[in-house]
This record gives sequence, C-alpha cells and structure tokens, in this order.
Amino acid sequence: MNQWITFDWEALGANFWSATVDGLTFGGIYALVALGYTLVYGVLNLINFAHSEVFIVGAYAIVFTLTSLGFGPSVPNLAWYAIAANLLLAVIFGMLAAAITAFIVERVAYKPLRAKGAPRLVFLISAIGMSFVIQYLIFVWRGPNPEPSVIMFKNEAIFDIGGTLIYFDSILIVTAAILMMVVVDQFIRRTKLGRGIRAVAQDPDTATLMGVNRERIIISTFVIGGLLAGVAALFYVMKVPSGVLYMGGFLLGIKAFTAAVLGGIGNVRGALLGGLLLGLIGNYGQILLGSAQWTDVVCFVVLIIVLMVRPEGILGSNLGKVRA
Amino acid sequence: MSTGTPMGGASESQARADELVDEITKPSRLRGLSDWWNHLPRVGQWGFLLIAVAAAFALPLVNIPLVTTEPGNNWPLACAEMARYALVAIGLNVVVGQAGLLDLGYVGFFAVGAYVAALWTSPDSTMVHIPYLLTLPLAAMVTVVFGVLLGIPTLRLRGDYLAIVTLGFGEIIRLLATIIPALKGQVGFQQIGRPPGENADGNPVFANSEGAPWYWLTITVIIVVMIALGNLERSRVGRNWIALREDEDAAEIMGVPTFRYKLWAFGIGAALGGSAGAIAAGQIGFVNNQRFDVQMSIMFLVAVVLGGQGNKFGAIIGGALVAYIPLRFTAIAEYKYLIFGAVLVVLMIFRPQGLFGKRPHLLTFERRAHKRIANLADAPTSAPAAKEAGQ
Amino acid sequence: MSRSTKALAAVAALTLALAGCANNDDGGSDNDNSSTPELEVQTSIDAPDDAVSPAGDGKAECPATTTLAYIGAETGPNAQLGINILNGIQLAVNEHNEANANCQVKLRKFDTEGDPNKATGPVTQATNDENIIGVIGLPFSGESKATGNIFEQAGLVHITPSATNPLLTTNGWTTFFRGLGNDNVQGPAVPVLAEKLDADKVYVVQDDSDYGIGLATSTTEALGDRLAGSDKVTTGQKDFSATISKILSAKPDAVFYSGYYAEGAPFNQQLVSKGYEGIFIGPDGVKDDQFIQQAGDASGNAYFTCPCVPGELITSFADAYKKVSNGAAPGTYSVEGYDAATVLLAGIDAGNQDRAKLKEWVKSYDAQGLGKALKWDETGELSELPVYGYKVQDGKIVSVGVIE
Repeated sequence: MNQWITFDWEALGANFWSATVDGLTFGGIYALVALGYTLVYGVLNLINFAHSEVFIVGAYAIVFTLTSLGFGPSVPNLAWYAIAANLLLAVIFGMLAAAITAFIVERVAYKPLRAKGAPRLVFLISAIGMSFVIQYLIFVWRGPNPEPSVIMFKNEAIFDIGGTLIYFDSILIVTAAILMMVVVDQFIRRTKLGRGIRAVAQDPDTATLMGVNRERIIISTFVIGGLLAGVAALFYVMKVPSGVLYMGGFLLGIKAFTAAVLGGIGNVRGALLGGLLLGLIGNYGQILLGSAQWTDVVCFVVLIIVLMVRPEGILGSNLGKVRA
Repeated sequence: MSTGTPMGGASESQARADELVDEITKPSRLRGLSDWWNHLPRVGQWGFLLIAVAAAFALPLVNIPLVTTEPGNNWPLACAEMARYALVAIGLNVVVGQAGLLDLGYVGFFAVGAYVAALWTSPDSTMVHIPYLLTLPLAAMVTVVFGVLLGIPTLRLRGDYLAIVTLGFGEIIRLLATIIPALKGQVGFQQIGRPPGENADGNPVFANSEGAPWYWLTITVIIVVMIALGNLERSRVGRNWIALREDEDAAEIMGVPTFRYKLWAFGIGAALGGSAGAIAAGQIGFVNNQRFDVQMSIMFLVAVVLGGQGNKFGAIIGGALVAYIPLRFTAIAEYKYLIFGAVLVVLMIFRPQGLFGKRPHLLTFERRAHKRIANLADAPTSAPAAKEAGQ
Repeated sequence: MSRSTKALAAVAALTLALAGCANNDDGGSDNDNSSTPELEVQTSIDAPDDAVSPAGDGKAECPATTTLAYIGAETGPNAQLGINILNGIQLAVNEHNEANANCQVKLRKFDTEGDPNKATGPVTQATNDENIIGVIGLPFSGESKATGNIFEQAGLVHITPSATNPLLTTNGWTTFFRGLGNDNVQGPAVPVLAEKLDADKVYVVQDDSDYGIGLATSTTEALGDRLAGSDKVTTGQKDFSATISKILSAKPDAVFYSGYYAEGAPFNQQLVSKGYEGIFIGPDGVKDDQFIQQAGDASGNAYFTCPCVPGELITSFADAYKKVSNGAAPGTYSVEGYDAATVLLAGIDAGNQDRAKLKEWVKSYDAQGLGKALKWDETGELSELPVYGYKVQDGKIVSVGVIE
C-alpha cells in the first residue's frame, strides 16, 4: 500500500451522493458561522479570531438548555411541535449567550486597542489571546471531554434518491442556511442599521462625517455576528452532537473563515456560496483521501489557493456596495 | 492603508507619534538599565556576557532553592525545556519581531524538524539512518524548504490573511502527521537517535532522562545563533527588516525589496524552528502527532510577545519564562493556556512592546552617535542641538 | 427582494413544510433483537480460597521510606480507565498498611493523562526517586511503549494491569510484566463471542492508537473470511458519517470497534441513529459506564470482550473497593490493579526492599491472585489468560462469563 497519499476514487464513486448530501449539510453550518466572520471583517477589516469561541459558547448554552429540558443521548419521546418549541427555546438561549460573549470580546479585547490606535498586528494578537482565554475557561470549567450528546429528534430519512438516503437534518440545515442568508441580506439592505453597517464598511471616516455612530455600528455588528453564531450552533449540535467541547469551535471557525474568503469576504451571499462549496469540497476530499482529517487539510489548501489566485473570492468582497 | 489600524490612518499616526514622544520624555524604569548597558565599552559588555554564559551553563547543576522546579519536575529536564523554548522564541522573533509577520503556525516548522530527526534516526522508520547530530542541519534545511514553499504564495498577503494561512499551515502539518501512514500518526516513532557518548556505567550521556547534556547542546546552538543573528541585524538585512516592519508601503516606495526580505526572515525562522524540533525529538526520544498542536504555536507567540518583539535577548527570557512557569508552579499548570491567553490580551492592551521591547534605535555606529549626542547635550550652548537630538 | 431570492426562499419554505410533514409519522421501530441469542448473565464469582492477600501475615517490617508508585492516567479523555486501576491499588495498599504496623508502604501517584508524550516526564521523576522500588503502570499501551526503556535503564520493575499490545513483551525488557492477557488473546475472543451471538459477518473499525491498531490486527486475523470490511478512524474524531455509510452498505451482523470509549460511544450512537440494527462489540478500552452514558439508548446493542475479571461480582472485593472509591463499584481492571499491587506488597513483606530484589521476586512469583493465577514467563507474559464477555443490560454492564 502506498505509504504516503492514496486516492480512493472507487470509494468516492460509490459514496458520491451521500457525500454530496453530507457535504452540503456541513457546508450549511460553515455558511452560518461564516456570516459572522464576514460581517465583522467587512466592517472592521479584522478577522475576529474569537468568533469560533463565540460560536462554541452558543453551542454550550444550547446543550445546557436542552439537557435541563430533559433531552439526552436517547431519542426524545415527544411530538414534533413539542420538540420544535424546545429547540426554539434552546436556540434563543444560544443566541443570547453567543451575543453576550461577542459583546464582551469586543469591549475587552478590541475597544481599548481601537482607542489607542494600535497597529493591526496588536489587534490580531489580542484576538488570539481572547480566543484562548475563552477556550480555556471552558476547559477549566467542563474538562477535556465533550458534553454528553444531546439528540434532538429521530432523524428520519425523507427522500431516497437512487439508493442515497437524504435525512431530515440535512434538509433542515441547508434550508436554514439559505433562509438566514436571505434574512441577513435583507437586513443589510433595508434597515437603517444595515445601511449604517454598509456605510462604515465602505468608508469609516466619511460615515462618521455623515452622522453614523461608528461605535454603535461596531458593537451592533459584533452582536449580530454573535446571534448568527448562536443559530449556527443549534445546527452544529444537531449534526455533531458529540462535538461540543472546549476546542470544538476552533477548526470549524477556520473552515468557516475559509468559506467566507472563498465566497468573497464581506459578501453575505458569498458566505452562503462559499460555505456550501467548501462543505462539498471538504467532504469529497475526505472520502477520496481516506480519513476524516483530510477535510481540514483540504480546506486549508483551498484557503491558500483562493488567497493566491483570487483573494477577493468568487463573488467579490463588497459589503459596502449596494448591489450584490 | 496597509499597516494602519483597522480604523483610520490619521489617528493611528498621531498615536504613534505621541507614543514616541512619551518614550523620550518619560523614560521607563528599564531605560536606566539599558542606558548603562549601552554606555559600557564593548569589552565590558563581552565580559558580562561571558559571565552570563558561564552561569547559564552551570544552571542545571545547581538546584537553586525557590527557583528550582523540584520536587514536582526534574530540574535539568526543565532547564532543557526552557532552553528549547528559548531557541524557538529566537526563531519566531525573527519572523514576528524583526519582520513583523504574524506567524501563528510556527509549530509546523518545529514539527517538521522533529519528524526529520525521527525519520532519519528511528528504528521504526524505513528511511536510511544517519547519525543524530547530522539531523540537526538536515532538519534546518528541510524546514527552510518548507518555509520557502509556504512563503512564496503567501508572503504577499496582508497581515491577518498571513496569520490565518500560517495557522492553517501549522494545522496541515499536524494533520498530515496523523493521516499519512508513513508518518505513523499516534503510534509515532520511538527511540530517536542521540549524540554519541557513553557514561562509565554504560548508559548513554544523552539519555532521555538526562536533561543537562541536552541543555548544554541547546545553549551552544543558541549562542552560535545569537552571534549570527546579531550580525545579521546590524547589517543591511536587519535594517531592511525594520523598515518593512514599521511601514511596509513606505519601505516599498523607498526601494526595499520587501518580498525577498520577508522570505529571508521566514526561512531563517523556519530553520531555527526546525533545529529546535530536532533537538526536542532527540531529548524526548519519541515523536508522534499529539504534541504539535496550535496551542504550542500560541505559546511560542506568547514567548516572543512577552519578551519583546524584535529583541532576541527578550525572546530568550520570554521563552524561558513560558516554559518555566508551568513547570515550577505545577498547581496552575493545567491553567497555563488560560493564563497565557490572558497575558496576551493584557500585554496587547497595556504594554504591546513586551517586557524588553526595543524602541527604534540606530543599529550601526550607535555608540559613536550616542557619545556625540551625549557630549553635545552636556555642553552649555547646546540647547537647539539638544532639542534636535531629543525629537 | 430580487426574484431569485424570493424563489429560493419559497423553495426552502416548501421543502421544510414537506419534510416536517414527512417527519410527523413518528414511531420508533422497536429494536428487533429477537434473533440474537440471550447470553446468560454471571451473577457472582467466588474469591479463590488461596488468593494472596495484601495484608499478608501482619508481621512485615520495612523502612519507612518504602514507596510504590502508580504512573498512569488520572486526568484526560480516558481517565476513568486509570482511576479504576488506581482505586484497586489504593485498596491493596490500605489493606496492607492496616495489617502491618511495622511496614507502612507509601503510594505515590504520577499523572500521565494516558498520553505517551506526557508520560516520559513522570516516569523519569519516578525513576529518579530512589525510594520507589516498584511501579504499577502504565495502563495504556502507547505510553508503556514510550517509557519502557527508562524503566529498563533504571532497573525498576513495573507491572501493567491493562496494557494489552502484544509487542510490549518483545523488546527484551526484564522489568516489564503484564498482569493480564494481551491482544493476541483478546483478538481471537471477538469472533468467538460474535459466533455465540449468531453474528456471521463482522465489520472491524480501528482507531489510530497503538492499542486500537494492534487489537484490530489480531482480531482481523482471527476473523478470517468472516470479515465484512474494515475502516479507520482517528482519536478525537467527532463525526463518523463516512465510515457509517460504508458500514451500512456492507450490511454486517456485528461491528467491532477497536479503540477507546471516548470515540466508541459517539460512534455507536451515530451508527444506531442512521438505522443500524446489528450488534456492537467493543474491547476493554470501550467497556466502561461512560460508554453507556455517552451513547444513551443506543448502547443497548453493545457487547464487550475484556481480559479483565468482573471485580464487581466478587462481593468481598466489591464492598471493600467501594470504601476507597467513594461508593463507585469496581470498574474495568480494578481487580488487576489490586492483584499487581498485591504482588509487589508481598515481595516487600518477604524482605525484597530494593529494586533489584523486588524485580527478582516478581520474576519468580507463582501464586493465586484474586482474579487469576499469576505466574510470568521470561518475556513477562502470564500463563493463565481468561477473556471475559460482557453485555449491556438495563443500562449496566454485566458479565456473561469467560469466553471459551
């Protein structure tokens, strides 16, 4: 057997459609997290390294809520509307927790630096420091092991297309990603706050001159990013129930950022496109090369290639532009 | 707007100007120390350094009460680890501190060096076996190749993109170590080679449990590296690094081939990381995929940032501290990442230049310039000259 | 809204509605395991009459600095396996010290987190402490392999109560002794268990640890052409969809997961949620209450093999153990830890109070332990090697006797 890299085309062919479905599902999750990265980047020109931790805090809140509502590693014995109500409650708590975390990160790690006019390097280092602090606070509190899995519902196969089963959670996640993108897109275009965000993204000094309160916009962007991360966390817990641990956000965050760059950083539709595309590429790569960890390697390679070849992404980066 | 703050170029320049004025008009506490050091004649400086080096060599043999890590952790082994971290910090300092490139995946170079040592000396590997000491330069060379390969596509990117790409690189190396069968994932490589030499009782001098010989080996490497880097810093290369760190666009305009010098810095940093990795592999005797994670990259970064970016002595102290504290205070060892993460944030807010950060200063002919200015400043009619010198 | 966005949103909403309706007809299909034979549950084991007790004759004398050490996981992802052993050792030491007023043996603990990278430091610490004359550890195969040389160089005897990789005894180490059967014995037991459960085709999944790989190799060989397929996963992996798809298309009767419970539990849970209805077999690394907690209802399909004696069935041991463990019942390898410590304690009582003599003592030891007869050959392997079977019943792991 080749000891270095093997390409298993046969496995890819045999499992192509289920790989596609899984890829789109994960892609939906990446897209949801990517929305947070892309918004903050568009406004601040800064990669918020701590966004992945904002996301995982949301996931923890969801798990705790569901556990106290009686969910556990076994399929719950409830009617679908009861489950939906519980999930709604959980996602609200998740969004709250994530938004609060995002707010705290902004106040503690970024605002003092902005006031001092610190160089970019310092911002980045501070961001990483915050990311670490949150991760290890969780570690100290909950230990190295993942939280016990929380199963939300019995995952039925809905469609059967030529032997490939498409499960309910896949449909739900991809749909949610599309819906959230639509919601955020409309928000950016129609609401006053959204216009403010676009203005600051386009030209911060002029925006201030035109009466936009920059500080408020920045805080709002972070909070919105947190809310979106909370929604993403719900679907993450749904798809990977054993993945809620202190470092669960880290690799996912990098993949989400890659997705944002791939689609076009600062571009809301780019986040969706980039997410779905990256999910597919990553999953195919995993099957082709034989091990689950190849997903991560493939994603990083994609990032490097995109940054080399077309750094503005597929759809172009343009939070400031009116027309997408 | 390249190196400007994420928000607003004008305010940032003003802030920097204010900072410079502050530094000159309100000297920090360490300023007295560094002034004294700078006024010492060369011979005096070397004298002190020799004494320091002698003390460093003697360190693992002396179990200094209060300072020593015993009984929790073996002291010579702790010294060896401190020295390794110091070497890594010096290397990362070249990349982050000198050239201003935020490298979050430095552990990737460290890992490559360790795996080179493993692949070419371990009985578990199918490659040809070479004496361990030869793997040190080999590791450096292989890592430089990786560094250049990584650098060519990515060094043209701007700060945050570079950071995340290097982060990705570090992770790729770790993941490849897990999934490529020839690199043996978690099972890893045992019985890595060691430098030759045997004790009277038949046990090797450089045994895995003997910290002192490994420490001395590392210190020697550090000294050689420091001398080489010192010369490099005072040369044109060093000046170009400072130019591109402070303001890349201005440097480009002034004709500095920034890309080439970034690549230099990256390559040198990689070589040092690789050598440190090879030494670590030899001392621990076992290499697998579990220890080269992103947390280690961040620890390295903390070492450089804590010690002071751009200052190689500061980097040594930063590295030694980062290794020392969890070993000495075993009660808080499990909180070490939390603590160092918080240290990063606090440092960035309150003292981004680290403990021994260097303010910009002349690199060549500095002492003569200092002396001239000091003489001028003492002379009674030098008010206008003093104002010029102080600005 | 632009037209394309509206269209997208409409499609999304429609799909959701359809899917929601489709999901409405609930009804968990009953887990149809009626075809699997029921294995009889063992209810108790009698402690052998001639088992050596750590208390000895109560007249032992030894210097006050005599120390034994436990080196292994106390924290970390699979810590429970280490803690079970540590409690067994602590029990033995307590019984010894209570009975022998003139010989109070100290027990020092060193935490390696079960990680071969972190093990070198604690082992070096222990070997540098002259008072430590015997070690029980290391519990995991990877860390045992990484540190065996250090013990050898120091002449310090160590008995592992749980490391099962067969290659550990092929290194020529004179200080290494294994207190249980290795994977060359456990591997072949898996097909035998599967046969008893009428499972013809077995799919083997291995993780990337020393232990998992070694055991999977041994099991695959023993299965021969009953192997339905194999796949690899890595420790720390959270989502096993790719492997599960392959398993579902191979349609085996049983799935054997060669690894630890930290991955085994989510793997089994995902397997069952995707519709797998066969049997799940796990080895000693998976056999722990944590598995049931983390896998939930899915764990009802699980069986285990283990070269470990079900300590909870030996009433005298179980009662005494609970006092040391804050009420927890004996776990996997508690008895083995207890027996290993007893061997060393008996050696100290017999006057072997330095490293060289204690090593010789263990080499020539031949007596009955609580779990099995203990006598080692020149490589450090035991001669009597029972492998027990276990199954999950009503949310607990119960023994079904020795697998013949």
